[in-house]
Amino acid sequence: MKLDDDDSSLSMALQQESDNKAKMKPVIFVDEIRKVYDSGAVKVEALRGVSFQIEKGEFVAIIGPSGSGKSTLMHILGCLDVPTSGRFELAGEDVSRMNEEELAAVRNRRIGFVFQQFNLLPSLNAWKNVELPLIYAGVDATRRKAMAIAALSRVGLGDRISHRPGELSGGQQQRVAIARALVTNPALILADEPSGNLDSKAATDVLGLFKELHQSGRTIVLITHDREVAAQAERTIAIRDGLIGTSLEEGGSR
Amino acid sequence: MNFLETLKTGVSSILTHRLRSILTILGVMIGITAVTLTVGLGQGAQGQVASEISSLGTNLLTVTPGSTTSAAGIRGGFGSASTLTLSDANALSNPIVAPDIQAVAATNTRSGTLVAGNNNWTTSVVGTFPTWLGVRGRSITQGRFLSASDIANQSNVVVLGSVTAAELFGGRDPVGQSVNIDGVPMTVIGILNTVGSSSSASATSSLDDQAVVPFTTLADEIVGGPNRDSLSSILIEARSASSLSAAYQEADAELLALHGITLAADADFSIQSQQSVLSTATSVDKTLTILLGGVAAISLLVGGIGVMNIMLVSVTERIREIGLRKALGATPRVIRRQFLIEASILGLVGGLIGVALGIAGAVILPHFISNPIKLSIPAMAGALVVAVGIGVGFGVYPAGRAANLPPIDALRSE
Repeated sequence: MKLDDDDSSLSMALQQESDNKAKMKPVIFVDEIRKVYDSGAVKVEALRGVSFQIEKGEFVAIIGPSGSGKSTLMHILGCLDVPTSGRFELAGEDVSRMNEEELAAVRNRRIGFVFQQFNLLPSLNAWKNVELPLIYAGVDATRRKAMAIAALSRVGLGDRISHRPGELSGGQQQRVAIARALVTNPALILADEPSGNLDSKAATDVLGLFKELHQSGRTIVLITHDREVAAQAERTIAIRDGLIGTSLEEGGSR
Repeated sequence: MNFLETLKTGVSSILTHRLRSILTILGVMIGITAVTLTVGLGQGAQGQVASEISSLGTNLLTVTPGSTTSAAGIRGGFGSASTLTLSDANALSNPIVAPDIQAVAATNTRSGTLVAGNNNWTTSVVGTFPTWLGVRGRSITQGRFLSASDIANQSNVVVLGSVTAAELFGGRDPVGQSVNIDGVPMTVIGILNTVGSSSSASATSSLDDQAVVPFTTLADEIVGGPNRDSLSSILIEARSASSLSAAYQEADAELLALHGITLAADADFSIQSQQSVLSTATSVDKTLTILLGGVAAISLLVGGIGVMNIMLVSVTERIREIGLRKALGATPRVIRRQFLIEASILGLVGGLIGVALGIAGAVILPHFISNPIKLSIPAMAGALVVAVGIGVGFGVYPAGRAANLPPIDALRSE
C-alpha cells in the first residue's frame, strides 16, 4: 500500500509505471503453474502446469466448465492465492512468492476485481463503494471522492453517485463494481462471471462496457463458463482438468 | 491506511448497523449500571453502620471490674465487691500518667425505681461526673447537665433520658419537676438528647432510658456504706481514634500498677472499645458488599456474554465484507484494527452510559429507598475496564480469525 504519498498525479504515476514495465513485459506471464490442494488424506491437483501470457491491452476470456481449475487460476491471477509451484509475473513483478502483506498491496494497486455477486457494501452509497480501494491506497479524502465520481461517470453512473446498492438495478450495481475496479487505474481488470447474475439485457450492457474499456486500452481478463460470453473477448484460453485446452481460438474476435 | 481513516470506517460501520450496536451497548450498559449500584449500596450500608456505631463514641474505652480472661468464664474478680474505685479513675485522668486520654468519667450504675406522682418506672441510675456528657458524646436538649458544684454539694438533681422522662411525665415539661429515686427526692434539671433510632429497640434505645445523678449524691444518699466509692465502670475518651490503642495501653498499665498486679492475665478489670463492635459490624457489611458485588459481577458476565454473542454474529455475517476489503487491498492488520476500534467504541460508550446511569441512580434512588448509596470509583473503573475488555476480546478474536481467512473463502461464504 505504498502508493505514492505525493498524490499530485496518482493515476498518471500508476499508469506510467505499468506502461514502462509493460513495454518490456506482458501484463500476465504464467509459466508452468501448479496448484495442489492438500487436505490431509486427499491431494487434489487443480492446476497441472499452466503456461500462457497476456499482453497489455488484450481482452482475454478464460473459459472452462466447473471443476476445470478455472477458479483456481482466477485466484492466482488475482493474487488471492499463490501457486504451489511455477512462476507468475504480474506487470513484470514476480508475485508467486510474495507474502500476505505484499499481495494485499499488489491487489490494491495492480488489479481491479469485478465479481459475479457484485460484492458492494450495502451500507455505503455508490461513490463510497468506489473509493474503498483508494482508502487502502492512502489517498486523501478530497481526491478520493473526485476520482470515485470520475470513475462512476466513466461507466455511465454520473447521476447515481449517492445511491445505495439497494436503490440500483443489478446492471447498475455491476457498473458500480466496474467503476470500483477502474478507480485505481490497475494494470489488469479481472472479471469473474461478471454477467452471471444479470438478466440478458443487463448482461449485454455490462459486456458492452468491457468492450468499450478494452477499446480505450484496458487489459481485461474475463473468467466464464459461458461460450457466448467468452465470445465477446478477442482471445479465449480454454482450461480443462487443470491444463490449457486445445480449442484456443474457438471464440475468436467478433 | 492511517488511524483516522480506520476510525472513520469503524464509526460509520457502528452507525450503519444501528440495532446491533444498540444491543451491544445495552448489554455492556446494564452490567456496568448493576455493578455501580450494587457496590454503591453495599458501601453505603457499610458507611451507615459505621456512622451509627461511631455515634456511640468510637474513641470510647470502657473499663469494667472483674476479669474476663478465662475462656470458661469462671474467674469473676473479687466477688460482688468492685475492684475499681474512684482513685483509679482520678489516676487515669492525670495527663502526665496517661497523655492520650482526653477525659475520664467514673460511673456507678445501679437499678433504681423512679416515682413521679402516680407514675413509677424502673431504670438504671447512673452516678457520674460532668465529664460523662462529653465522653459519651451526648448532649442536652432541655435544661442543663450536672455541674461541678452539683458534685461538690451532693445536690439532689437528676438528668433524665428522653424515654424515662416520657414514661414519668408523659407530655408535661419535666424540667423543674420532682422525682423520687429509691425514696430520695430529686429535681429534674435536664433531658438528654435522643440517640436511639426510633425504629429499633436495639442497644442504642437503652441510652435513652436512664437517670443521671451526681456521683457523690448516689454514693452517699443511695448506696452508702463501704462500697460507696466503688465503680461499675470507668469511661475513657481517647484524644482521637488513632490514639485509642495508646490510651488503652496507658489505662491498662496504670490500673495494673495501681492494683499491684504483675501478670496481665491476672488483671481484675477489663477494657473494651467500641472499635471491636465497629469492626464486627464492618466485617458483616464487607460480606454484604462481596455478596452484592458477586451479583453485580454475574450481571456483568451475563452482559458480557451478550456482547460476545453479538460480536461473534456480527463478525460472521461480515466475513464477506472482510473478504471484499481484503481483495481490495486491506491487510489483515488493517482489518483487525478496524474491528478493534469498533469493539472498543461500543464497549466504551456502553460503559460510560452505564456509569452515568449508575451515578444518576445513586442520586435518585435514595429518595425512594432508605438506604444510602456510596459510589465507588474503583468499582466503576474496574467495571468499565471489564466492559471494554469484553467488547475488545470477543470482537477482535473472531475478527482476527476472519482477517486471516484467504480472501476468496471469505468472499464465497454465505
